[in-house]
Amino acid sequence: MTTDSEAASPLDVELPFDLRPRAAKAVRDIQLQQFIGAATIGKDRGRRAAFADTFGDRYDSLRTLAGSIKQHTLDHLDRYLEEFIDNAIAAGVHVHYAVDADAANAICLEIAHRNGCRLCVKSKSMVTEETRLVPALEAAGIETIETDLGEFIIQLDHDAPSHIVTPMIHKDRTSVGRAFTRELGVPYTDDPARLAEIAREHLRGKYRAADLGISGANFLIARTGSIVLCTNEGNGRFCTSAPRIHIAFAGIEKLIPAMDHLPVLLKVLARSSTAQPLTCYTHIITGPRRPDEHDGPEQLHLILLDNGRTDLLREPTRELLRCIRCGACLNACPVYRKIGGHSYGSVYSGPIGAAITPHLLGPANYPDLPHASSLCGACFEACPVKIDLPRQLIQLRKLMVEQRISGSWERAAFRLWAWSLRRAWTYRTASSIQRIALRLLAALDGTPGRGDPYSSRGWLSRGPGMLSRWTRERDFPTPTRRCFRAWWRDHRGGPA
Amino acid sequence: MRVSLFITCLGDSYFPRAGIAAVKVLERLGCAVDFPAGQTCCGQPMHNNGFAPEARALAARMIRIFAASEHIVTVSGSCASMVREHYPAILADSPDAAAARALAEKTFEFGEFLVNVLKVDLAALGVRWTGRATYHYSCHLRGIGVTTETPRLLRQIEGLELTPLENPEQCCGFGGTFSTKYDQISAAMARDKAAAIRASGAGTVVSSEPGCTMNIAGACRRAGHAVDFKSLPEIIAEGMGLLEPGPPRAGEARP
Repeated sequence: MTTDSEAASPLDVELPFDLRPRAAKAVRDIQLQQFIGAATIGKDRGRRAAFADTFGDRYDSLRTLAGSIKQHTLDHLDRYLEEFIDNAIAAGVHVHYAVDADAANAICLEIAHRNGCRLCVKSKSMVTEETRLVPALEAAGIETIETDLGEFIIQLDHDAPSHIVTPMIHKDRTSVGRAFTRELGVPYTDDPARLAEIAREHLRGKYRAADLGISGANFLIARTGSIVLCTNEGNGRFCTSAPRIHIAFAGIEKLIPAMDHLPVLLKVLARSSTAQPLTCYTHIITGPRRPDEHDGPEQLHLILLDNGRTDLLREPTRELLRCIRCGACLNACPVYRKIGGHSYGSVYSGPIGAAITPHLLGPANYPDLPHASSLCGACFEACPVKIDLPRQLIQLRKLMVEQRISGSWERAAFRLWAWSLRRAWTYRTASSIQRIALRLLAALDGTPGRGDPYSSRGWLSRGPGMLSRWTRERDFPTPTRRCFRAWWRDHRGGPA
Repeated sequence: MRVSLFITCLGDSYFPRAGIAAVKVLERLGCAVDFPAGQTCCGQPMHNNGFAPEARALAARMIRIFAASEHIVTVSGSCASMVREHYPAILADSPDAAAARALAEKTFEFGEFLVNVLKVDLAALGVRWTGRATYHYSCHLRGIGVTTETPRLLRQIEGLELTPLENPEQCCGFGGTFSTKYDQISAAMARDKAAAIRASGAGTVVSSEPGCTMNIAGACRRAGHAVDFKSLPEIIAEGMGLLEPGPPRAGEARP
């Protein structure tokens, strides 16, 4: 998974996207399994401990509160958007509205051209990954440097982030060392401190020379028109204060009503994403540099991005817009832990990616994502704003049945199965056929399952039909010789 | 106290001994147990796969079958969560809405019923079962907030040495049709669970979830790790002398 070549981005996928080949490759990649397994399990434990230490039993009320703040804002998004735009403009912000990714990038490029920008420093932002801004800037001849350390390495390696918060979770320091040697011409080292130093030296020069800074936004505050940015490396502060032009990208769902609500969300964001009580830097940016100030950009632009979000506002998907991109659901997800972010074939991975990508990019384009989940509920439990992700995945599966994206064979099979379960006699008949057939196959396989009729079973090492997939790497147990209902009839009487 | 057993479709065909054990234990604890004969499946496979009208029809059918029941006890936490968590939601706009809520309120997973309704203390009853066991935590029991009941009961059993399982909250990878649709992911998850079981050193895995048991036992067997799988009611029934201790079954190694 660690590519040193100038391969195509993992986000360049053929549609409809087939998750299986990437997932199959990932589960066999021992190195990837070790990196992602250790990192996600560690972060998940850290998250629980960080919440337990501060909030104890009140953790659940905190999640409810955080979720209700976001939900309330979404329920009145029209009002809060207008309030935010009015206040941001009053503070001197140029506010732009982009209906989709191309529109957002075009607005950004237009601002850059108008101001003659040639060099851009950029802090980490998932929404700019969504619009694929960096390739657009580069194509327009604007050199763009990712300044978040993880994103910087990803950019050097021509790779794509595989986690919302920890973009290079799938890489180790040796691949970083190789990328630095190849791209920056420094002698090879895999010492983390030295690598950070090299990146720092390289980036300092860029900050000083840059004329454009690009950032995302973690929150937008309606009452004050402020942009809130949470970072850990200080790079965000450089990007938003050194260059003369600052362009911030934000999805319209980032709004919260007022400053009073910010502490609640900061508390859950930092603990959920990195098990910190607060991120190292929390910037609250209200307008560009004022006449009496030394630092800050001459112009501050905010590009509000829709890109399918107003469609999500329609129920039953509105709760998906509560997401604060903390990445806790990725860390908690047993499937993400096995297949990594690139297996999802889109910018947003893990449970939240599986739930929003099909809505944003079309369910027929991503038919695997809603189904590649065991619905274990770990994501729902981890979500600090209580998005019921398993329910959302089931809703998507329902949509796929209704829109006939699910195969006709599958639809027929489920309907026949459901029909047989609506009558006791058809259920009993189907159970008997299954028992006889599977036990016969097991007997041919050498395990007839003799002994106690209610517990001895045979085993299949090569199952028929759909079961052949089960038995590729696991054995399949057969039914016991007699079923429970037969025992009840014989020992407790009455018809069964 | 009247109790109706909901055996579930997998329990009926694949784990009848768990149902037999549940009946015997509940009777020993003074319950009058019945078995509504028309029961089939709770409809979770249809619900989870997006076949909403089919799931609703099966939910409505379950409501009718168990209408006269005082308490419903099931040996599957997953099916209990379907009835408790999802029936009220999927039938919210139907004439069955009130009945769905009523059904949800009277449905319990076996261990939960013993602890929270019957308020049983197995130590006081002198339940004895000798062996080293670990407990497989079921995701769907966690979903309905039933996380401590089974370990608590297991700790009340004299002679049972409960050893912890690494990453107990991590899903085993069953997930119903997920296990065959995305078999490589599912099998990788099952292998991790099987490895954790091997590392625990336990000779018996207590797992009351039929689907998980099929998956994990199948992975243990393929890995050549001989370990016994028993449901909570079977452990208690054996510990009360109501069932003969069974031979290793589900996880016996390949011949």
